[in-house]
Amino acid sequence: MRLSFSSARDIVRMVRGKEVSAKDVVEEVLDAISRIDPQVKAYLRVDEEGALKQAEEVDRRLARGEEIGSLGGLPVTLKDIFCVRGEETTCASKILVGFYSPYNATIIEKLRDNGAIFVGRTNMDEFAMGSTTENSAFGVTRNPWDLERVPGGSSGGSAAAVAAREAIVALGSDTGGSIRQPASFCGCVGIKPTYGRVSRYGLVAYASSLDQIGNFGRDVYDVAMVLRVLAGHDMKDSTSADIEAPDYAAALDEEIRELKIGIPKEYFGEGLSAEVRAAIEKAIKALESLGAITVEVSLPHTEYAIAAYYIIASAEASSNLARYDGVQYGHRTKSHRDLEEMYTKSKGEGFGAEVKRRIIMGTYALSSGYYDAYYLKALKVRTLIKRDFEEALKKVDCLITPVSPTPAFKIGEKVNDPLTMYLSDIYTISCNLAGLPGISIPCGFDSEGMPISFQLLGQPFGEGTILRIGHAYQQVTDFHKRVPPVADRAASA
Amino acid sequence: MKEITVDDVEYAARLARLELTDEEKKSMTAQVRDVLNYVAKLNELNTDDVEPTAHVLPIKNVWRPDRREESLKADDVLGMAPKTHNGMLRVPRVLE
Repeated sequence: MRLSFSSARDIVRMVRGKEVSAKDVVEEVLDAISRIDPQVKAYLRVDEEGALKQAEEVDRRLARGEEIGSLGGLPVTLKDIFCVRGEETTCASKILVGFYSPYNATIIEKLRDNGAIFVGRTNMDEFAMGSTTENSAFGVTRNPWDLERVPGGSSGGSAAAVAAREAIVALGSDTGGSIRQPASFCGCVGIKPTYGRVSRYGLVAYASSLDQIGNFGRDVYDVAMVLRVLAGHDMKDSTSADIEAPDYAAALDEEIRELKIGIPKEYFGEGLSAEVRAAIEKAIKALESLGAITVEVSLPHTEYAIAAYYIIASAEASSNLARYDGVQYGHRTKSHRDLEEMYTKSKGEGFGAEVKRRIIMGTYALSSGYYDAYYLKALKVRTLIKRDFEEALKKVDCLITPVSPTPAFKIGEKVNDPLTMYLSDIYTISCNLAGLPGISIPCGFDSEGMPISFQLLGQPFGEGTILRIGHAYQQVTDFHKRVPPVADRAASA
Repeated sequence: MKEITVDDVEYAARLARLELTDEEKKSMTAQVRDVLNYVAKLNELNTDDVEPTAHVLPIKNVWRPDRREESLKADDVLGMAPKTHNGMLRVPRVLE
């Protein structure tokens, strides 16, 4: 049996039915990591001892006839951006090396209460700033479908681990596409829920009006199952919404007949690769054959989204990252003449190039004389973008779009050209500006064997609908079942 | 709008208390200039009568009941600090 290839749904069922023990499951996942990760490098740290201990505890509870929770025995892999009490969280930054959190993120408490087992932390772009995971201070993660290519980012490690069968499900965060784009590059499912759907208490902040926690799985069912545990109101996050989370997985089998899916014409214009376009057009046909009704809609301010986003995100980042001053935690420079120099040198030594760039850009955009021209202007354009979605979503239940203009590109290809890199985020960014839920669903492969996905953007708190459409699509396609060569080789070795 | 210069980058770095090397200042000026030139695209839009959106949720102040709750233990919090002294955070002299 290859438990590391199983779905979360099957694992939870088998553990509950005592067909396998939680320890068996964890041992197989740890074994998969030891075979596959030397090539993919998705993980920053693996907690073998801790994971086995947690598994034994689940098995003990089960043996005593106690409730083990809706995710009992399920190994969950975490992006290295969540605070877990007593454990290191680095955000792939040198500035946080040695930071051991004194508290748990709310999602950690929820997952643990539901019997999940934490196996390790995945690589990411430093402080979630990037689209390739190349901005990590601790090395490059590789795309499981082609080790010379990027896995996407910023949650590249989580996406790569799930796709490479060295994680069953994983968590990430998404500020401008950081879950959906790597899911697409690696060929797994990734959801960014509505802003406010999941508590962000204990998530290291990047851009607070855009950040949202979400999750990865190999199919929609697994994603729905875990999302239900993550979602819900939390007194500790004043931006979390007091709206009950439905049982997403239980509603997946409802028909999608008569659902209206909008096709925003601005998302299919210049810059979209022919192969990605063809794969998405085929997916649209498949959804139509399942009874969905598609209509063309317009989001006229789409071309302004990237400009608005990079001002807003950088401005918020420059403010959020001011806390890393070497006083309360994190890196402090060894030599300094005075307090000011302690601040400047600690930050200069601790942050990487992309983080520094965004701090400078954000500080500049917020500085006296430029605030109105850059920051305020961007906030006003954000209103226009949000209104576009409100208009479109009056007519349809959700939208279908590409996730990224191209499949995964080569490592190093865009790393020295920030603007070109930013421009590739065109299809994922508006969703964060408008606070909507978005999901990325595998729908094909290009001629070089790299995965392609489509994206569904839903109504606020309409995760259930986009999950249902994704699930219906996966019942008639098998792109999500294909296994990357690196996992296949490891399994047969 | 005038283009960003090395002086502007130095000024922003001072505001952000961020040390940059000369090499970083040079490359960053060019890269940030590229991005800001692209951002100038926003000026194609007339936004005179548009309200800004800082936040998508219709939430303003959120209060919790005013009752005593347990907070983090001082030892746990100070345990992460690079330097402490008698239960306090230690930093270089602030006043001369």
